[in-house]
Amino acid sequence: MTIEWYIVLSALLFTTGTVGILVRRSPMVILLCLELMLNAGNLALVAFSRMVGNQEGQVFAIVVMVVAACEVVIGLGLIVAIFRRKLPLNVDDLRELRG
Amino acid sequence: MEEVLFFVSAIGALGGAIGVVAMRNPFYSVLALIVHLFSLAALFLLLSSAFVAAAQVVVYAGAVMVLYVFVVAYVGGGGESAWEPIPGQRFLAPALAIALFVELSIAILSSALLALGTEGTDVEPGFGNPEAIGTLLLEKFLLPFEASSILLLLAAIGAVVLAGRKRDGDTPSEHSAKRSEGVSPSL
Repeated sequence: MTIEWYIVLSALLFTTGTVGILVRRSPMVILLCLELMLNAGNLALVAFSRMVGNQEGQVFAIVVMVVAACEVVIGLGLIVAIFRRKLPLNVDDLRELRG
Repeated sequence: MEEVLFFVSAIGALGGAIGVVAMRNPFYSVLALIVHLFSLAALFLLLSSAFVAAAQVVVYAGAVMVLYVFVVAYVGGGGESAWEPIPGQRFLAPALAIALFVELSIAILSSALLALGTEGTDVEPGFGNPEAIGTLLLEKFLLPFEASSILLLLAAIGAVVLAGRKRDGDTPSEHSAKRSEGVSPSL
């Protein structure tokens, strides 16, 4: 398969993640959609690394994975803290910080 | 053979992604994401990057998804309200997404990267195996490697601070009282 296919698939996955973030209201599902977008970026990085024949893109993908893991840990910690305070788990109701 | 594997994995990845967005129950969304991650690992293998594929399965589909399943089980599903602060959000969002995809496709198709149409350069058999990636991480990218380890440590501490149970006698109101005491002398 040519590299173009992988890049187009990556764009499709990124778009799907964007739809999820825009449409869903549960913060947990929004985190999952964020994972989709990060993984789409990872696919593009690995595909470009294969295209150039250079492994540095794969190292970049691994660093993205580390950052995604940190983001998940903090996000889930926030969700648990919101749940403990008996606040609604809905991003439309959590609007105190809105200007 | 490679085409068949690519299309099977691509359909799995895309189906998993759509499942994450479409499922009403967050638990099923997590399961769909696991399908997506395994298909993506297969795609990484097709791109001859074995170590990234293994890390994807072990770190993502293993550890991170277990964390998700635990939190979903703790917090519970819960339906989403039908109330929409922006009228027509459900129709505007896909329109915006289609615009984004069209833009990305234009960027891909009109790029001057001629190698996009090839299957990539010929690589030696050891391309992307753990040895090569490990050498790169510990020699050329030692600083980012250490920085990411510190980032992981910070994230772990942050999660404990955010989600940890409060000690007795350490209520939020007492905190604010202490803070105001500390502020008042300077005023």
